[in-house]
Amino acid sequence: MAERSFAEEVKQLRLGAGQEFRGEGILAVTKGLLQSGVAYVGGYQGAPISHLMDVLGDAQEILDELDVYFENSASEATAGAMLAASVHYPLRGAVTFKSTVGFNVASDALANLASGGVTGGALVIIGEDYGEGASIMQERTHAFAMKSQMWLLDPRPNLTAIVDMVEKGFELSEVSNTPVILELRLRSCHLTGSFVTKDNKRPTMTISQAVETPRRDLSRIVLPPASFLHEQEKVHKRWPAAVQFIKENGLNEFVSDGTQDFGIILQGGLFNTVNRSLELLGVSDAFGNSDIPLYVMNVTYPVIDDEVVRFCEGKRAVLLVEEGQPDFIEQNIQAVLRRAGATAILHGKDLLPVAGEYTPAAVTRGVTAFLRKYAPELIENTPAVTLPDDDERSPFAPRIAPELVQGRPPGFCTGCPERPIFAALTLAQREVGEHYVSADIGCHLFSINAPFNIGATTMGYGLGSAAASALNGKDANRRPIAFMGDGGFWHNGLTSGVGNAVFNENDQLLVVVDNAYSAATGGQDLLSSAAENPRRSTKHPIERAVRGVGVRWARTMSNTFKVDQMKEVFIEALTTKEAGPKVIVAQSECTLNRMRRERPARAKAIKEGKRVISERFGVDPETCTGDHSCIRISGCPSLTIADNPDPMRKDPIATVISSCVGCGLCGENAHAAALCPSFYRTQVISNPSAWDRFKAAISRPYLRLLQRGMERQLVGLDPVRS
Amino acid sequence: MTAVLEPKVRLRPITLAILAMGGEGGGVLSEWIVNLAEDHGYYAQSTSVAGVAQRTGATVYYVELFPRLIDGDELPEPVLSTMPTPGEVDVVVASELMEAGRAIQRGFVTPQRTTLIASTSRTYSMPERTAMGDGRVDSTRLLESAKSASKTFLRGDFSRIAEASNSVISAVLFGALCGAQVLPFTREQFESAIRASGKGVEASLRAFDGGLRAVTGGPGVELQITSRPAPSASAELDQEQVALATADPGALVGPKLAKQAARIKEHIPAPARYMAVLGIRRTAEYQDTRYADEYLDRLTSIAALEQFGDGSARLTTETARYLGLWMTYEDTIRVAFHKTRSRRFDRVGREAQVSEQQLMRVQEYLHPQIEEISDTLPTALGRWVLNSRLAGRLIYSTTHKGIKIQTTSVWGFTTLYVLARLRPIRRRSLRFGQEQQHIESWLDLIRSTAPTNYLLACEIAECQQVIKGYGQTHANGMKNFTTMMAVLPQLSARADGAERLAGLRKAALADEHGAQLQAAVAALAS
Repeated sequence: MAERSFAEEVKQLRLGAGQEFRGEGILAVTKGLLQSGVAYVGGYQGAPISHLMDVLGDAQEILDELDVYFENSASEATAGAMLAASVHYPLRGAVTFKSTVGFNVASDALANLASGGVTGGALVIIGEDYGEGASIMQERTHAFAMKSQMWLLDPRPNLTAIVDMVEKGFELSEVSNTPVILELRLRSCHLTGSFVTKDNKRPTMTISQAVETPRRDLSRIVLPPASFLHEQEKVHKRWPAAVQFIKENGLNEFVSDGTQDFGIILQGGLFNTVNRSLELLGVSDAFGNSDIPLYVMNVTYPVIDDEVVRFCEGKRAVLLVEEGQPDFIEQNIQAVLRRAGATAILHGKDLLPVAGEYTPAAVTRGVTAFLRKYAPELIENTPAVTLPDDDERSPFAPRIAPELVQGRPPGFCTGCPERPIFAALTLAQREVGEHYVSADIGCHLFSINAPFNIGATTMGYGLGSAAASALNGKDANRRPIAFMGDGGFWHNGLTSGVGNAVFNENDQLLVVVDNAYSAATGGQDLLSSAAENPRRSTKHPIERAVRGVGVRWARTMSNTFKVDQMKEVFIEALTTKEAGPKVIVAQSECTLNRMRRERPARAKAIKEGKRVISERFGVDPETCTGDHSCIRISGCPSLTIADNPDPMRKDPIATVISSCVGCGLCGENAHAAALCPSFYRTQVISNPSAWDRFKAAISRPYLRLLQRGMERQLVGLDPVRS
Repeated sequence: MTAVLEPKVRLRPITLAILAMGGEGGGVLSEWIVNLAEDHGYYAQSTSVAGVAQRTGATVYYVELFPRLIDGDELPEPVLSTMPTPGEVDVVVASELMEAGRAIQRGFVTPQRTTLIASTSRTYSMPERTAMGDGRVDSTRLLESAKSASKTFLRGDFSRIAEASNSVISAVLFGALCGAQVLPFTREQFESAIRASGKGVEASLRAFDGGLRAVTGGPGVELQITSRPAPSASAELDQEQVALATADPGALVGPKLAKQAARIKEHIPAPARYMAVLGIRRTAEYQDTRYADEYLDRLTSIAALEQFGDGSARLTTETARYLGLWMTYEDTIRVAFHKTRSRRFDRVGREAQVSEQQLMRVQEYLHPQIEEISDTLPTALGRWVLNSRLAGRLIYSTTHKGIKIQTTSVWGFTTLYVLARLRPIRRRSLRFGQEQQHIESWLDLIRSTAPTNYLLACEIAECQQVIKGYGQTHANGMKNFTTMMAVLPQLSARADGAERLAGLRKAALADEHGAQLQAAVAALAS
């Protein structure tokens, strides 16, 4: 079960013609798919489109009614290959994943798909993980579109525009026999808004009909001589067809064309940002009625040469607002204008940042520079962001000392079962020395930050083990440690990492973090999930899989919170003479998901009068000396600091706040690391049993008696008592 | 519609940025705002950054609102920005004080435009929490910046209000937003947005009310600027006590310590008396009134060397502090004593909010090292235990995995109670002897330095700060302390000796294994 449920929201997917949809971008895209008569959908979760997969999962019932096949692909490569169903059949298919990392994985399949071309519309919906909040290397999907010749749609961040593009995208794909990429920028995915819906369409042909009537066409298969034919087809048939469709359907927009002898060309996805800049300068309004001519490229690949030439005709200069680098579009348009002998000067990354997100600040500064150059008289007011930092009206005028604001990177949640793994490894390394650690993609990557500072590289999802393969020093007396999540393991790590290590007799220790979900992407199920899933086959143990490919030394630790045992097994794995890869499956359920399941259940049980024990930890302020060594091997958000109640002590004490879920790590650490005795666990028993009451009836008076004795000794020291 | 557009209407949207940490319900808050606006005649657009940023990391939610109608005319759908523009944000809501600082740093908060609504509560950053000493950022400075950087600054300890109404901070912030009266909606409309959400409505409404009162200064909420998350009532109380201690130390102790209090009044300079009073109470509670007298004997010998008796009396004050702490070093007896006291039971019960119908169990996680056990034994016996392999193995086998004791059970309590009762034999214990020796040589250093180099003497006194913790942590601290004392000869020779030693102390608190201290010492020699 995914972290977030869309059970309520998906009801809107049933809306019919003329009704109003209100909600998030990802949900709107799903509605767009159903309105386009899609026959099959697949994909691999990853921010910012994880929720698209979750929405589809929660919409299963509706998908069934419409005969739409939905699959949680094993990887982006699987998703890309899935589109093969549209090669021979007029089936509309869509897959989704996180770009550009998803594209890296999918490109083998997609390159082959794009070569042979498609009959049914094939749509690749990608979440462009670029700019603030992105978790991956900063690259552009544009490169993939160009190299395989897939059309790239970059619609305005507006639900109506996005949904239209889903529908037009399928048509474009079909008329040009080319797979189409719909690029959703980070913020567009969770953009809220509304649009007018149409009726859902059943696919003209269903998956079952297709599979019952096998088709093949040799000319579509990527093998010489067809492959050479495809290359020619791409430029001579598919490209012109696409250009014609894009022009006829006006996918790109011209705003107030001809009103000025200069203008701005922009990616559709940047329209709102650019318009805001123009508003601030006083040359546009809140409805996008710009005084400056705009050419809005809702299709960023291919560039429509004659539209560009037409827009630049009779203009002194044009500013291209293109986010990211390399400046593919700028290079392209420069060539187009040169060839056409156009005289307009093309500005772009000379006035705008060469790299980095095009934030309102960046764009406003660039557009202002452009206007100051070509039409200073039009500028009605000076946006604050364009003022120099030393101007006290500037938003960046120094108003706070830098040292007062510290970074706050994401980290392990309260009660996260992955924290004890790294606490144990920290303690183990104190005994057997520092080791080289190859990290992977997933929540466990948070280990690279304080307090653990563990992990040297991360080469890609499921590649933690592979990334340690070269460091296999035959005569070295230390072995590398590799980490991998259960998500990455099933994505490719089993073959790229474990299989590889077995085959090459790699000596590494591989730790597979098995928290029963693809947790970092929002808690989706996978093969080894412990949960019952009515539509998917789960509960396939990871240890069985690794033994299946020939691992001899494998241990499954079913409770990562046993820090002592974890530490011992680390030491054993790092010192054993056993040859070949050593695999530890560190298993404990993601607490976010566990809590979501257990909290309501516990509350219910208490209401029903059942005996329920709730736990939390605490620190005694009298015995805590404020050295914080407990925090340095935990970093739990619930284990923090507070004023020292003792006026003689200056340093703050450690304290456990009410968000504590009683995971037990504090106690385990206190033991395993021989920390101070200040930690205690409080168990509160709701609806105690008769036996509980009996014990309390005995112990309570006894304790009080002794305590009174203790306090009597102190009488006369404090004024309050005398 | 064209009628509305020509002449062009230059309406700008209402812009709100919400800075929160993942898991704090910033998403819920922006959802409430969007629904509130859409239900009452506004176009609304909210965006957020998805992904791992939401795993406890700092994240920004951005909302823009735009009217559907203007003087009767229906307006077309506006083009709203997906990102805040620095200098153009009307309202910034921050769930935590440093996040408010981040909003200022990012240019979202400006004196020309922005109403800043921030919680004065702190969620400490990793560096603040992992520092070996006090690594906290000064909240007062954050508050001053927030005040000067914003047009209006509305604040309150919203996280405390959330806990009090056992709800989440997002509801409190929604209430504060309502109370700020910057959005064109009524309280009823705000509350209906919460009701519509249908989850935990009652608690949310209580929290909403709390937040609203906090910013409108309604009854029942404290609005003071506090430099600390939990503005301890003791803080103000201390001020009275300090005054009292200066005038009449006797008023702060019971009859058993009257004699010692009199000695303080006679021999200890006024500014240091409060610390001295705490010292005698601490040592007497730790051992006996005789021990308190020994504390005073030592302290007065330092007070005799005080040069700023009418000024800060820094030397006496800091010696009073650290001498008191050192003489009451943490041993098993002290730990057992505090863990069995009735006031501790009460505190733990409050903390866990145990109701009448519920029962409470408390379990301790103890990990006595062999040293800590031999420490408490009479010297000879302690030595034997330390050196005997048999005893060593015996203790290791029972303790190396740690001991869990249920203090609320008869057996568990008795165990700790008996330990606590070993107080009388402490004086004859191995460690007691050792600690007294350390203390004396430390005091000797202060005494020999004070006449010639007062400031250095003060620094020597404060060096005791690095000795803390238990087991390995304590050993490391002691090692660092010895290292610092060893370089004193070099330091006393130089004019900047005091600053240098302060620097060394800082280095000693910078990392666990004394690496930075070693480096600093090495730098000293060169």
